[in-house]
Amino acid sequence: MDGNLTQINGPLVRAELTEACIGEQVRIGKLNLMGEVIGREGNIALIQVYEDTESLILGEKVEALGHPLSVELGPGLLGQIFDGVQRPLLDLVQISGDYIPRGVNIPALNHDKKWLFEASQNLEMDSIVSGGMSLGTVKETELVTHQILIPPNCSGTLIWLAESGSYTLNDPVARIKNEQDTEELLYLSHRWPVRTPRPFNRRADAIAPLITGQRIFDTFFPLLKGGKAAIPGPFGAGKTMIQQQIARWSDADIVIYVGCGERGNELVDVLESFPQLIDPRSKRSLMERTILVANTSNMPVVAREASIYVGVTMAEYYRDQGLDVVMVADSTSRWAEALREVAGRLGQMPVEEGYPAYLASRLAAFYERSGRVHILGHEKNNSDPSGKDPARNDQGSVTLIGAVSPPGGDFSEPVTGHTKEIVQTFWALSKELADARHYPSVSWTESFSEYVSVTADWWLENVHPDWLQLRTEALSLLSQAQELMRIVNLVGPEALSSEQRWVLEAADLIKEGVLQQSALDEVDSYASPEKQFLLLQMMLIIYHQGESLITLGMSVQALKELPLLITAKRCKSTYSSEQTENLKQFIIQIKSDFQKYRLEYTQEFL
Amino acid sequence: MIFKNIALNIRRNFYEGIKCEEIDCERTKAVRELEYRQASAAHGGLLFMHNVPGIAYGDQVIVTDHRNHKRNGQVVQISGELVTIQVIEGTDDLDLERTWVRFLQKPFQVSLSTDVLGRIFNGIGKPRDDRPPIVSSLKRNVNGSAVNPAARAYPKEFIQTGIAAIDGLNSLVRGQKLPVFSGSGLPHNRLLAQIVRQAKLLGEESNFAIVFAAMGISYSDALFFQNNFESNGVLGNVVMFINQADDPTLERLILPRTALTVAEYLAFDEDRHVLVILTDMTNYAEALREISTEKGDVPARKGYPGYLYSDLASIYERAGRIKNRHGSITMMPVVSMPSDDITHPIPDLTGYITEGQIVLSRELHSKGIYPPINISPSLSRLMKDGVGKNDTRDDHIRVANQLFAAYAKAQEVRNLASIIGADELSEEDNHFLSFARDFETNYINQDEEQERSIFETLNIAWELLSILPASVLSRVSEADLARYHHWEGQPRDS
Ligand SMILES: Nc1ncnc2c1ncn2[C@@H]1O[C@H](COP(=O)(O)OP(=O)(O)O)[C@@H](O)[C@H]1O
Ligand SMILES: [Mg+2]
Repeated sequence: MDGNLTQINGPLVRAELTEACIGEQVRIGKLNLMGEVIGREGNIALIQVYEDTESLILGEKVEALGHPLSVELGPGLLGQIFDGVQRPLLDLVQISGDYIPRGVNIPALNHDKKWLFEASQNLEMDSIVSGGMSLGTVKETELVTHQILIPPNCSGTLIWLAESGSYTLNDPVARIKNEQDTEELLYLSHRWPVRTPRPFNRRADAIAPLITGQRIFDTFFPLLKGGKAAIPGPFGAGKTMIQQQIARWSDADIVIYVGCGERGNELVDVLESFPQLIDPRSKRSLMERTILVANTSNMPVVAREASIYVGVTMAEYYRDQGLDVVMVADSTSRWAEALREVAGRLGQMPVEEGYPAYLASRLAAFYERSGRVHILGHEKNNSDPSGKDPARNDQGSVTLIGAVSPPGGDFSEPVTGHTKEIVQTFWALSKELADARHYPSVSWTESFSEYVSVTADWWLENVHPDWLQLRTEALSLLSQAQELMRIVNLVGPEALSSEQRWVLEAADLIKEGVLQQSALDEVDSYASPEKQFLLLQMMLIIYHQGESLITLGMSVQALKELPLLITAKRCKSTYSSEQTENLKQFIIQIKSDFQKYRLEYTQEFL
Repeated sequence: MIFKNIALNIRRNFYEGIKCEEIDCERTKAVRELEYRQASAAHGGLLFMHNVPGIAYGDQVIVTDHRNHKRNGQVVQISGELVTIQVIEGTDDLDLERTWVRFLQKPFQVSLSTDVLGRIFNGIGKPRDDRPPIVSSLKRNVNGSAVNPAARAYPKEFIQTGIAAIDGLNSLVRGQKLPVFSGSGLPHNRLLAQIVRQAKLLGEESNFAIVFAAMGISYSDALFFQNNFESNGVLGNVVMFINQADDPTLERLILPRTALTVAEYLAFDEDRHVLVILTDMTNYAEALREISTEKGDVPARKGYPGYLYSDLASIYERAGRIKNRHGSITMMPVVSMPSDDITHPIPDLTGYITEGQIVLSRELHSKGIYPPINISPSLSRLMKDGVGKNDTRDDHIRVANQLFAAYAKAQEVRNLASIIGADELSEEDNHFLSFARDFETNYINQDEEQERSIFETLNIAWELLSILPASVLSRVSEADLARYHHWEGQPRDS
C-alpha cells in the first residue's frame, strides 16, 4: 500500500496513506528510510522517522509494510551491539564503514551461521504444543544455553521435529498444524513486536536479591531479581559507572545494556573491556552474556524512543527461557525527551516542562515489563511427568534499572518525579558526594529500597543472621552523625560530648571503609556478600569497642590515633572477596587489641 | 505577517556568480536548480514560500535580495504548499517583490583540501581573508553523519598540557571532548591559548592541526587567538572559522558544523591529530533559541527548545577516535555560564554530553589565582584509562582522588572556621586549612608561561599531602605513603 509525502518537519513527516494503522512500519522515499505511523488525521498518516530526514522531497512515495516494529529473537543475540531498531552495528561497519548509513536494512541475526540444535526429548509427535514450550536447545555461548521457544501466540499439533544437528536460522526445525488445520513451520528464531509485552503464565513473587557486588546496594538499598530501580543524578555523579558495574558484576544470567541518548565512547568502553573481563562466578568472559543496544546522543532521536522497547523485548525473550535478566537503561530521561520532541511536533498539549500528559503512564508501562514470572509453556510439561523439562527453570525474571538525568540535578522535575512513584528501589546520587569523590555517590538519606525485609531472609539464610541488625545500626549512626554535624556547624565541635565525637568517627569509618567503593579498584570493584558483611561488622565492632573505652576514660583523640582505624579503612582494598579469612583474622585482631587497651585503661583508673 | 499573492513561478537565468562545479557538465543538475520570486512572507530569519515543487528538506538556498546581495538559507520545513527557509543573514528589509530565491538541490556542503590550513573562513566556509575560495572536488555535507559506535576506538592517550590542575586532577586524553565552563571576565581564552601552546598532543610538527571555531566572539578575542597562533609559529597548521558578535546570528548555527566537517577531514582523511576549539557555545545555543522560538517549537527550559540536548550532541559527539584511522579529534568548547550558574541549560546539557568539564571560578580568580580552576566540580571522565602505571605514574589516580577528598574536607573546615573562628579548630583541622591554602597557591596557581611535567605535578601534590598526617590519607596506598609521604607535623601529645 503506497502513498505520498505531504509534509516534512524534522523527524516527523505526514503522508497520504489511507489504510496504514497506528504502529505500522513504513518505508519512505528513494532513501528508503524507516518509519512508524504514530497517528492519523483522516487520510493523512503521521509518521515518525527513525533516520535523518534530510533530502526527503515532498510527494515521494511512502510504503506501508503491514507490520509493527518488531525484533528478531533467536541464538546470536549475545555479544552483539544493535542500534535502536535492532540493526547489528558491527555488521554495519563491515557493510558501510565508520558512519551510520541511511536506509540500510539488514537482519539483526546472522542467517548463515550454523547452530548445533539439540532437539527436546520431552515432546511427543502428535501432541498438542503451545507458545513458550521449548523445541530444544542451542548452546549460544559457553555460558548460555538458549531454549528454542515456540512463539507465544502459536499452538497446535506437533507433526514434525527436526533431529538434533546443525541448522541455520533459515532452516525449519519443527512443523505444527494449528487449529485452522494449516501447517506452520517453526525456526530457531521468531519475531515479536516490541511495543507488546511478551505474555507469561502468571506473576511470581520476587524473592532473591540481585547481588551486584556493590556494598551500597546489596547491603544498604537492595534490589530484587525482577525488581525495578532508578538512578537519578546530575551529570558526572556516576550513573553510567554504576550501570556498568551492575552489568559487570551482578549475578544475572543475561545483561542487556541500553545506551539511550548517551555517549558513543561509553559503549566502546563496554565493547572493549567486557570481552576481557571474567565473570567471578562462571569464570567466563562477560561478553558471553551481554547484549548492547545503542542509540547514542548523535543518532536519530526517534530511534531513541524505540531503543528502550527493543532492549526490554530481548530481555523478556530470555526471561521466557527461564533466565534472570537485568536490563540497564542509560538514560530514561533521553527516552522521555524523545517522546517530548515527537509530542511537540505533533502539536500535542504540553503539561509539564513541555512533556505530554502521557509521560507518567508510558514510564509506568515500561517499568511494568519487569518482574519475576512463571513462564509460558512450562506448566503443561509439569502436569505430564514424562514431559518434564528439568533443564529449564519454570520461572524467569526481568530486572529494570533506569538512569534518570534531571536537568540541573533537580529531582523535582517530571521524569524523576514520576519514576520515583513507580520504582521500589531508588538510588539517589548526590553532587556533594561526587564532588568529594565519594563513589558510588549514592545518598544514604535520599535513597530507599522497599525490598529490605525480603532481602533480610536471603542474608539470614546465605550469609549471616545479623545482617538486618547491622544494616539498621549503620544507617542510624550515619543519620546521628549528620545531626551532630549540624550542631557542630552552628556552635562548634566543643559542644559535643566524647561519645558524640566518637559517633562522628564511626560514621567516617563506615563511609570510608564500607560505603566508598571504587569501580577502578581491582581488588574492591566487586565485593562478595560475605566480604560486604565482614567489613560492616568490623566497623561496628570498632565503634562499640571504642565506645566502651570512652566510658573508661580514653580520649577520642587517642582512639583516633589508633593505627588500626586506618588499617580497617583500607581493608576493602587489601583483601579481595576470596580473602575473607584474612578479614575474619583481622576482626579477631581488633578485638584482642581493644582487650589490651581496655586492660590498660582499667588498670590506670583503678 | 504580510502575504503577498504572487501566483506565478518565474524562472530566471542566473549563471552569473555560480561556482564552476555547480553549473558544470550535467544538464539535469542545471535544470533542477530552480529560482523563484514568490516568497509570501518573511520574519525573524524565516522566509516562507508557496508552490515550489521538488524541494528537499535540508536543501541549501541562495536568496538574492533587491540590492542583488546574496544571502544563504536552508529549507527547515516543508508542509503541503508551504516551504520554510531559514536565512542565515536574516530576513530584515527584504523586499519580497524583488527577492529571488534559488534552490541548490543539495544540502550545505564544504569544500575540503589541505589548502584550508592557514586560512580564515566564515560560518559557511567563505574566505574572510581576502584570498580565493577553496577549490576541490571533495565536498561533504556539513551535518556529517553519526559515527557508528562500533567503529569508535576508546580514547586513552594522555596529553600533557603542563597545567597541574588539568594534568594531575582532570587529565585530558587524545580524542576527548572536554569543555571549559567559564564566565564573563574569566581567563578562559588565556587558558586555552596556554593549552594550545603547551599541549604535547601536538607531537610532531606536521602531524597536528588546530581548528578554531568562533561564534559571536568579539573582534579583540578573535585577534588574541590569531596573534597567539602566529607568535607560536603554528598559524600554518590552523584553520579559523570566525563569526563575530556583529555578524549574522544564524550563521552561528552552521559554523561549528562546517568547522567539524573540516576537522573530520583533517583527522580521518589526512591522519592529523586535530584540536578543535569552539567558542562560545553559549552564543550558539542562544542563536538556536532565537530561531526555534520563531519557528514556534515547544520550549523546554528557559525558552530553549527540547531538542537542545540532541542538537548540542550532534556537535560534541563529532570528537573522538575511529578504529584503523590514525588521526583524532580532541575538542575543547568554551561554555560561558549565564550568571555563573552551572545548572543553566547550556552548561548543564553540555556536561551531560561531554566527557567531563573544567570549571573556572570567579572566587579563585579574584584571589589572583591563575588558572582559576575550581577543581571540585571539574571532572575528566576519560582520565581513568589514560593515566597510571603505563601512562603516567602508578600513584596518579590515587593521588588525584586524595587531593579531591582532602580539598573537599578542607572546604568543610573553612566553612566551620568562618562560623566558629579559626581558634576553635582542632590541630588536625588546622592542618587542613594550611593544606587548602597551599593547594590553591602552589598547585592550582601557576605561571601562564610555566609548563609542568606530569612528574613535577605529582611531586608538588605529595609536598601538599605531606602537610597532612598519614592517618587522614585513606585514598592512597600504604606503599604510596612509604614512598612519597614525608609528614613533618609534630606528633601530638595525648
Ligand atoms: N563507582 C565509581 N568508582 C570510581 N569512580 C567513579 C565511580 N562512579 C563515578 N566515578 C567517576 O565519576 C565519573 C563520572 O561518572 P559517570 O558514571 O560517567 O557519571 P554520570 O553518568 O552520572 O554522568 C567517572 O568517569 C569516574 O571518574
Ligand atoms: Mg552517564
